[in-house]
Amino acid sequence: MAYVARQDGLPASRTPLMKRIADGAAPYLYSAPAIILIVAVMLVPLALGVSYAFRDIQLLNPFSGAFIGLDHFRALSQDQAFYRALRNTLWWTGASVFLQFFLGLILALLLDKPFYGRGLAQALVFLPWAVPSFLAGLNWSWLFNPVVGPLPHWFYALGLMSEPSNILSDPQLAMWGPIIANVWWGIPFFAITLLAALQAIPRDLYEAASIDGAGPMQRFLSITLPFLAPTIAITILLRTVWISNFADLIIVMTNGGPADRTQIVASYIFTQAFKRLDFGYASAIALVLLALLLAYSMLIVILRQWLLSKA
Amino acid sequence: MRAKPILLITAHRLAILAYIAFALFPLYWLLKVAVTPNDLLYSEGIRLWPSRATLDHFDFVLRHSAFPTFFKNSLIVSGSTAVIVTLLASLSGYALSRFNFRGKYWLVALMLLTQMFPLVMLVAPIFKILSPMGLTNSLTGLVIVYTAFNVPFATFLMQSFFDGIPKDLEEAAMIDGATQFVAFRQIILPLTLPGIAATLGFVFTAAWSELLFSLMLISGNDQATFPVGLLSFVSKFSVDFGQMMAAGVLALIPACLFFLLIQRYLVQGLTAGAVKG
Repeated sequence: MAYVARQDGLPASRTPLMKRIADGAAPYLYSAPAIILIVAVMLVPLALGVSYAFRDIQLLNPFSGAFIGLDHFRALSQDQAFYRALRNTLWWTGASVFLQFFLGLILALLLDKPFYGRGLAQALVFLPWAVPSFLAGLNWSWLFNPVVGPLPHWFYALGLMSEPSNILSDPQLAMWGPIIANVWWGIPFFAITLLAALQAIPRDLYEAASIDGAGPMQRFLSITLPFLAPTIAITILLRTVWISNFADLIIVMTNGGPADRTQIVASYIFTQAFKRLDFGYASAIALVLLALLLAYSMLIVILRQWLLSKA
Repeated sequence: MRAKPILLITAHRLAILAYIAFALFPLYWLLKVAVTPNDLLYSEGIRLWPSRATLDHFDFVLRHSAFPTFFKNSLIVSGSTAVIVTLLASLSGYALSRFNFRGKYWLVALMLLTQMFPLVMLVAPIFKILSPMGLTNSLTGLVIVYTAFNVPFATFLMQSFFDGIPKDLEEAAMIDGATQFVAFRQIILPLTLPGIAATLGFVFTAAWSELLFSLMLISGNDQATFPVGLLSFVSKFSVDFGQMMAAGVLALIPACLFFLLIQRYLVQGLTAGAVKG
């Protein structure tokens, strides 16, 4: 057996056989409950979901369940709502990640140096992260509602709107609602991660640089950014995948409407399964989404290899 | 020369204040509408604080609505999930931290994978699996699903806490004749208590916030968790803003309490799962 379970330095031959077997099994016994649960509740349904994509599964139709080959995918290739959801996903993910990252980075830089009351300020600005996502969605949809929310009236007073109306029901602007809520909710995540990376930068580098006459901008560009780069890259990459799958805010705030203008792929999958109870079609879309996300991850890995080989 | 730092400091403080205002304003508005009497809600429009505050909405929500049931259901689900996940994750996190074993690499890869793929994919198959077992519309079903979803992330989190404890401690105990499990239970676990508390907090918050699976799996009012109850309330009584927001404030309380508990561990928590929101 290749693994080393005991690290107490006793030679293996002096320990009885039963004990050696028990020691070898130990790590598996420790992790078995977790593995069994993950396999049963995540991997088995995942495999089942892949098989649904090729079957006609409708919850309320007892005669469904037949194998129908690629029919779902043929229907999907004709589905205009799906293409719109794809474009919306790009827009939703791109705008959310960019704004969360940009505002999160500024916040992390602001919080980096000690000042009076920093602990309190940090606790307050990170608080949105703790707000349950359904509540964040509801809260923002109320803020956008001209009946109880102040935002339409403020936009109107600023001349941005001709009358105080709800942007969530305006097909042109509706996507901004969930995006703003998402930015509000996600800034702390980027700020916390980037702040941790910032504080790991050795302080004497900055001192040395300023003695050599580097200005603040120069110090930021040649010390801070290069040190942060790996954290920035990994956080943005993972966050992009996570946000493109994140349907809660959209389901709560607009349910994909008006006229599918805020429907992203993840919320489209949920709507197909939850509202239309068409599990087969939902699983087919999910499979396409999975393939796209895999392709995205592969692209990142290849890009990274290419950059490393150039460096 | 002295004017510049003062200017910079002022700009810095103002920027911090702007962030704080942006972060707190929605929550402030939630509270404000929750305490505004109905007759003032429309007449006073967007005043920052109503001329008269009332706790009537809270009173109504607590005494005449189903929200106490939703609250209780959510507490049961999130609390049980947090306890079970922490238990399982402390075992598997210990395995990852202390042992080298065949398949460890695959175990880590499996757990990372579960953090990456869209969970919304599993909505339909999980419903199909749980339904014949009588686990749809049941809190037990939700606990099982949430436990599985949170175990990978919690495992990495617990592993990071175990990694911070020197190995010599167990080794000393084992030389004195204790088995590794006894050493784990009696020496290592008590030392990780802060980590255990943080894991409980993270998992509780995640389970408290989960929406899609509870919408899909729960249909009746009796078993509804807070998000399901609040959303159905919103679609049924969409004019009762005061009551909705009072209910929203109630949903916020446990989340904020746990936030205070885990604040010290935010960095560790966010980087452990690497992708956990």
